[in-house]
Amino acid sequence: MAVKNFVVASFSDEAVLFPAVKKVRTAGYKIHDVYTPFPIHGLDHALGLRETSLHTAGFIYGITGTTTALSCMSWVFNSDWPLNIGGKPHFPLPAFIPITFELTVLFSAVGMVLTFCYLCQLAPFVKKHIFHPRQTDDLFVMAIEVTAKTNTEELKSFLASIGGQQINEQRAEAGWWYGRFDKDDRLFETKRVEAVNA
Amino acid sequence: MHLKYESTLREPLVDGVKDYHQVTEDIISPIEAKPGKLWYVGFVISLMLLGFGIFSVTWEVYYGTGVWNLNKTVGWGWDITNFVWWVGIGHAGTLISAILLLFRQGWRTGVNRAAEAMTIFAVMCAGQFPIFHMGRVWMAFFVLPYPNTRGPLWVNFNSPLLWDVFAISTYFTVSLLFWYSGLIPDFATVRDRAKTKLRKLLYGIASFGWTGSTKHWQRHEALSLVLAGLSTPLVLSVHTIVSFDFATSVIPGWHTTIFPPYFVAGAIFSGFAMVQTLLIIVRKVLKLEEYITIGHMEAMNKVIVLTGSVVGCAYLTELFMAWYAGVPYEFATFYKYRAAGPLGWSYWIMMTCNVITPQVFWFRKMRRNVAVTFVMSIIVNIGMWFERFVIICTSLYRDYLPSSWSYYRPSWPEVGFYMGTFGLFFTCFFLFAKYFPVIAVAEIKSILKTSGESFKNGMQKYEEQPAEEFEAGLHHHDDHHHDTHGAVAHAHN
Repeated sequence: MAVKNFVVASFSDEAVLFPAVKKVRTAGYKIHDVYTPFPIHGLDHALGLRETSLHTAGFIYGITGTTTALSCMSWVFNSDWPLNIGGKPHFPLPAFIPITFELTVLFSAVGMVLTFCYLCQLAPFVKKHIFHPRQTDDLFVMAIEVTAKTNTEELKSFLASIGGQQINEQRAEAGWWYGRFDKDDRLFETKRVEAVNA
Repeated sequence: MHLKYESTLREPLVDGVKDYHQVTEDIISPIEAKPGKLWYVGFVISLMLLGFGIFSVTWEVYYGTGVWNLNKTVGWGWDITNFVWWVGIGHAGTLISAILLLFRQGWRTGVNRAAEAMTIFAVMCAGQFPIFHMGRVWMAFFVLPYPNTRGPLWVNFNSPLLWDVFAISTYFTVSLLFWYSGLIPDFATVRDRAKTKLRKLLYGIASFGWTGSTKHWQRHEALSLVLAGLSTPLVLSVHTIVSFDFATSVIPGWHTTIFPPYFVAGAIFSGFAMVQTLLIIVRKVLKLEEYITIGHMEAMNKVIVLTGSVVGCAYLTELFMAWYAGVPYEFATFYKYRAAGPLGWSYWIMMTCNVITPQVFWFRKMRRNVAVTFVMSIIVNIGMWFERFVIICTSLYRDYLPSSWSYYRPSWPEVGFYMGTFGLFFTCFFLFAKYFPVIAVAEIKSILKTSGESFKNGMQKYEEQPAEEFEAGLHHHDDHHHDTHGAVAHAHN
């Protein structure tokens, strides 16, 4: 969580975005993120992001469900309250399969969605800075972090030369905070300044 | 620019000249506008049905299940018929969103959101029936295996009825999660273009703070794919388990191994019919004909004729086995009391609606006719309702002991309960159609440049290009981009 400075450029076409991402990275600038209205295949690789491990998490949650179902049912039928149901076995594996399967799917799905929300920091009342209101509509918005070494003016003209539009500078919180989208942004740092003044 | 390329021979999935912004505009603007008069009329009728349903159920809870016309012989009637029918309807949504995702069928993007919504509402309706069938409904939580002070007395994990509890609740939860995770980015789209404060607030909460970050999209894609992979066997398991409610018993007409695939096919059959009914209205009212095209309807009609024929084969197999097996009770159930006898009329309604009429969809003209599709979708749903009625009641009303033979017709609280679930279903659906993006906006955008009409037309010149020339152009531009979908393509748009 930190307030940072960004140079923001919008692109209206994937055909312009992909070469631009490559050029910005080769020029040594640090891309904070690219916001897109829909998933663009290959953009994650172009940005040098590693593959997500969410699948692995899903698998682990799944086998947790399998184990939970099998162990609970066999514990109930064998040690907690062994019932004689028409002389049937106390560990009827075929009859346990439906519930075991359902719990595997349930644990995996619920676990993965919660993990997804945790990793992406998504929850009701979570607010994040929106660099451009049309980044969820039709624009591909690239935010480049301004570091001590960055020459902002040079960066801006560089972005313009590779097809960026509506280039501007923004000072924004890079992480998330609790907030409402109908209220204006209040950055953490601004709040601290107010407190000092008071 | 490299794009996924699709042959121009394939029908476009999005008609008209569109860019990304136009897609947003077309799908989101009905949310921002005041609903029309028809919406209010429909909504009020649904609420009235729901109200009558609540009254009927209250009546039943107050006086007990005796107000239903079930008796010692016919212990399952309209309630379980309706339960199986509603669960079946739900299956199409998961089939479209999960199985067609795994098969990479682009056309699902136009219809998946509404179909998944339909799944969730249908499962909500279905769940009411077994719960209120319990009679002392305040004890419904006894079906859950939790440590209790009655022993602890555990539920019977060998019972198909308990498997149903797990199957239906898992199905509902997973469908809801799948649906909502897909909705998050679209809610963010509504939020970011909202003009009023209230809309910004509400869609801001609903969108969970989604920004469209590349990393988030990468995880979102992974999540969708795995959820689809999980939902695919899940949807097959749910109706399989519902069929076990019957198949594991020893009632003639129920005790057959054909039930699981037969029920699953029937579920998909009726589900697609319901999707057709709803979407034909939605595309008209919300003016989304360019997104839910005739091509979409044709694709679904093909599924209907396929699954309808699978169901037809199952009916014939049952009849054959009833004769071939040489069991007199089985034979009597099918030939004396199902295809004939006092409830024989229901069997022939089922046969006509499910097996005979859907055969019109072998003709392309019929598959692409909106009016025919609409009428057929309703006929199929009537037929599938009767299938469940036939399976349940005609197997029960003539049992082993002629002195307990009986007849069954529903009482008004049973009919009212059924009407009430229609009220619940349509109340939810009307709210969905007004406040939710009825088409997955982000997914449409992701197929727009391969399957949009205007973009496809631009491909013509590449299709006519000689292979060598195309090859040369290919190397020239091959400086970036990994296309994960195999279909390599190159075009300047």
